Amino acid sequence: MMTDTTMSAPSKTKSKSSRPGTLALLLNNTLATSGLVVLVLICLIALAAPILPLADPDVTAPADRLLPVFAEGHLLGTDHLGRDILSRLIWGTRVSLAVGLSATIIAAFFGSLLGLVAGYAGGRTDTLIMRGIDMVMAFPYILLALAIVAVLGPGLLNALYAIALVNIPFFARNIRGITLGLSRREFVDAARLSGKSPVQILFLEILPNVLPVIVITMSTTVGWMILETAGLSFLGLGAQPPQADLGSMLGEGRKILFTAPHVSIIPGLMIFALVMSINLFGDGVRDILDPRLRAGSLTRPVSRTAVHRKADDIPAPSQKGGVLDVRQMRTEFEIGSSVYKAVGGVDLNLKEGECLGIVGESGSGKSVTAMSIMGLVPTPPGRIAGGAAYLDGEDLFAASDRRIRDLRGGSVAYVFQDPLSTLHPLFTVGDQLTEAITTHQPMSGSKAREKAIELLSLVRIPNAKERLSAYPHELSGGMRQRVCIAMALANDAKVLIADEPTTALDVTVQSQILTLMNGLRRERNAAILFITHDFGVVSALCDRVAVMYAGRIVETGTTEEVLANPRHPYTAKLIECVPVLGEPERRLDAIEGRPPVVNNLPEGCAFAARCPHAQAACRAGEIGLEMSSDTRGVRCLFPLNSGASA
Amino acid sequence: MAAYIAKRLLAAIPVLFGLTIIVFLIMAMIPGDPATAILGSYATPENVAKLNRDLGLDKTLFEQYVIWIGNLFHGDLGRSYTLNRPVLDEVMERFSATLILAGTSLVLCSIFGLLAGIVSAVRQYGWADKIITLLVLVGISTPSFWLGLLLILVFAVKLRLFPASGMYAIYGGGDLADLIHHLTLPALTLSVVATGVIARLTRTAMLEVLRQDYIRTARAKGLSERKVIYKHAFKSALVGVVPVIGIQAGFVIGGAVYIETVFQWPGIGSMLVTAISTRDLLLVQGGVLVVAAAYVFFNLLADVVQTILDPRLR
Repeated sequence: MMTDTTMSAPSKTKSKSSRPGTLALLLNNTLATSGLVVLVLICLIALAAPILPLADPDVTAPADRLLPVFAEGHLLGTDHLGRDILSRLIWGTRVSLAVGLSATIIAAFFGSLLGLVAGYAGGRTDTLIMRGIDMVMAFPYILLALAIVAVLGPGLLNALYAIALVNIPFFARNIRGITLGLSRREFVDAARLSGKSPVQILFLEILPNVLPVIVITMSTTVGWMILETAGLSFLGLGAQPPQADLGSMLGEGRKILFTAPHVSIIPGLMIFALVMSINLFGDGVRDILDPRLRAGSLTRPVSRTAVHRKADDIPAPSQKGGVLDVRQMRTEFEIGSSVYKAVGGVDLNLKEGECLGIVGESGSGKSVTAMSIMGLVPTPPGRIAGGAAYLDGEDLFAASDRRIRDLRGGSVAYVFQDPLSTLHPLFTVGDQLTEAITTHQPMSGSKAREKAIELLSLVRIPNAKERLSAYPHELSGGMRQRVCIAMALANDAKVLIADEPTTALDVTVQSQILTLMNGLRRERNAAILFITHDFGVVSALCDRVAVMYAGRIVETGTTEEVLANPRHPYTAKLIECVPVLGEPERRLDAIEGRPPVVNNLPEGCAFAARCPHAQAACRAGEIGLEMSSDTRGVRCLFPLNSGASA
Repeated sequence: MAAYIAKRLLAAIPVLFGLTIIVFLIMAMIPGDPATAILGSYATPENVAKLNRDLGLDKTLFEQYVIWIGNLFHGDLGRSYTLNRPVLDEVMERFSATLILAGTSLVLCSIFGLLAGIVSAVRQYGWADKIITLLVLVGISTPSFWLGLLLILVFAVKLRLFPASGMYAIYGGGDLADLIHHLTLPALTLSVVATGVIARLTRTAMLEVLRQDYIRTARAKGLSERKVIYKHAFKSALVGVVPVIGIQAGFVIGGAVYIETVFQWPGIGSMLVTAISTRDLLLVQGGVLVVAAAYVFFNLLADVVQTILDPRLR
C-alpha cells in the first residue's frame, strides 16, 4: 500500500475538461462505486450518531455485561462493562474517522508544502529537504510512530500526530517529483517572466496542477492512516479510556477473546469495512486520475496473434510457388468500438534466395504485415481477420501453437528495428544467442557456445569470444544489430523477416549491415522480406519491391522497374524523397498530408486525398491491383508513365 | 560488482550515523525530567541531582551524544530500569525472536506475492486475476491485529491445530518442530499485507514488461511461453519488485509490533509496547535503534540483489 508510486500530473487543460467525465467513469467502475456507497453510508451513520436513538456509549451496567449479539435492547450485545456495543461502535467509528482524516490532512498539508518547496527551489534547499525525508524514511514506518508516541506519551492526539508525521515523506516525495517537472514547463517560465513572486507561482500556477496528485496520494493513504491509528489504540498507545475508538475497543475486547469473541470481532469488522471501502474508492479515483493505469492501457499480449477468419474463406496457395506465399492477408486492431484495418488484403510471394522489399510510410501497415506472418502482432488488440500465409505450402494461420513455436526462429527468423529494445537488457549476448540455438537444436552448452562464437564471427563482430559475456548496453548500435542478425541466423532460417533493421543506425553502419545481409543471403540462399520506408535501402538490397499504403499494396515490380518507372503517384513521391549524392536541389520534403487513419478508410483510392492527379473516379468503387506482367502491378486508375510501361 | 557492494556498504554508514542522531534526539526531546520519572515525584532534590549526574544529564546535548555514541561502540546501550539488565542483552534476545518471525513472513510474502502477481498478470481479466485482485484488496484492508485474533479463534480455539500464543511450548518442546508449530499463525498473519502489496506490484510490473520489444524477440526466437514468462519477463519484473520487497521488510518488522502483541511472541515489538507503557526509555531507544539498523541492512540487501539482477546498474 505504501509503495512510492510516481504519478504523472494530468495537464492543466485536460483535468478541467475531463471533470464531468471523471465522475461518470468512476460510477462505471462497479467496485469503486460500491466502495463509495459503503463509505458514504458509514460516514452518514457516524455523523448522525448524536441524533440516533442510541444508548449512552459510556454508561456501564455490570448486570448486563457480555450480552451476546441480538440480545434484547442491545443489537450487537454488550462489552465487559455492560456498555452497548452498537452505540460504542458508531461513536468509535466517528473518532476513528475523524482521527484518520485529520492525520491525512495534516500529512498532506505539510508533506505537499515540503514537496512543493523542494521541487520548485531545487539546489541545496531540495537536497536538504529530501535528505531529511530520506532519513525519516530510513526508519520502519510503524516503529517511527511508536518512537514518537514514546516521546509524546500515549494518547489519541499524540497517536494522530505520530501517524501524520510518518506519512509526510510519502506526500513530500510524490509532490516534489511532479513539481520538479512542472517548474520547467513553459507556463511557469511565463509566470516568472511576468514578474510573479515564487510564492505566487508556487500557489497560483503549480499548486492547481499538483492537486490531483495530492488527492490521489490522500485517497491511497487515508485508509492506511485509519488502520494505523486504530493499531496504536489497539496497543493501548492511542485512545485512553473512557475515550474509545475502534482500535481501543478491539484492544479491550482482546482480553476476553475466548469468552466473548464478539466484543473484539465487531470493531475489527468495522475497521475492515471502512478501510476496504476507502481502498476500493481510492483505487477507482487513482485509475481515473492516473492515465497510465487506466483500464486497457496495460493489457498483456498473448503468445500468438488471434486468428478470426471464416473457415470457408481461406484462399488457396497461389500458383507461383515459392517458400513464403501470403494470400489476401487481413490484420485488424480492435480498440474500443473502432476497428483499425492495418492490413487490408495483402498478397506476397517470396522465392528461395530472393529479397522482397516492402516500402511505405510509417502507418502503412508494412510492419504489421511482417509481424502477422508468424503471429507476432499483439492480441489484444490485434487479430488476423482473413487470408492465409503459406510456408512451403503449410498454412501458418491454421498451424498449432507448438508448430508455430518450432517455426519461429527456426524456419522463419526476425530482425527488428531498434536493437537496444529488442535485446533483453538483463541477459548477456552469449546467453541470448545460445538460447536461440538450443531452442531449436538440442546440444551441449559448450557446443552452443562454440556455435555462438561462430555466428558472431559470421556477422563480423571482432573478438567474438569476449563479446559473449557482454550485455547489450555495453555494445554500440551497429554491434547490437549484428547480434540480432546472428540470432536470426542461428538455425538456418529459410525466410528472414527484417523490420527496418537499419533505421535506428547511422548511415555508415547502415550500409555495413546491408552488405552483410546481402552476403548472407547469397551464401545461405535464404529469402528475405525487408521492411523499410527508404527506397535507397531497397535499391541496395532488394530484387523486387512492394509499395504499401493504408494497409494495401499499391504497386509492385522488380526493383529496377519500379525505381526507373514508378507508376503509382505514391511510389513516385516516395522515390522523390530519397536524397541523391550530387543532386542537392532534389526535393527532400516529405509527402504532404498524412496517411489516412485505417479505422475509417475512404472509398476508392486511399491516396486520393494526397494525390496531385486524383480525379472523381478515384474516390468511388474498389480499385484492383492491375498486373501488367508476372511481377509488375499497380493499384491506380490513372497510372503515371502509362505510355512507357515496362 | 564487489566494488559496488563495498560502495553501497560505505554509503550505509552515514545513514546509520543519521539514525543514531535521530534516535538520540527523539529521546532527548522527551518532556519532563527522566530522573523524576525514575525516582517518582517524592524524590528529594538532592537525589534527583545525583541521578542526573549519574545519567550524565547535566552535560550539554552534544557531550551527551558523544558519550552515548561512545558507549554504543562498546555495546553499552545503558540499563533497563524495569528489567534491571543491560539494554543490549534484552534487545538482542528479543530481536532474534523478531527476526525469526519477520524473516519467515518476508519469505512467505515474497513467494506468495510474486506467484500471485505473475498468475494475475498472465491470466489478466480472467477468473484467477479477478479473485487474486479481490483477495489482495481484502488483504491490504484487513487490520492485521484483528486477523490475528480471528485466526486464533478459528485455528487455536475451535480447531486446536495451532497454539494461540508464545514461541515455544512451556513443557517439552523447544525444538524446530515446536517453533514452526508456534510460528505458523503469527508468520502468516504478518505476511498478509506485504503479500498483497508485492502481488499488486508484480502484476503491474509483469504487464509492463510483457509489452516490451525484447519479449516479442523472445517469442520470435520460438521460446516456449513458460520460458518467455518465467525467464525473460520475470527477471525484468523482479528488478522492479526487489526494492519494494526491501521496503516491505520495514513494514513487516514494524507490523511485528501488533502481531507479537496478539500472539504474545517474545520479540522486540511487544518489548517496545511494554517499554513505552512503563516509560523505560532506554529500552525504547535501544530497540528502535536496532530495528532501524536492521531495516537499513534489509534495504541494502535489496539494493545488492537488484544490482546482481540488472547489469546496467553496476
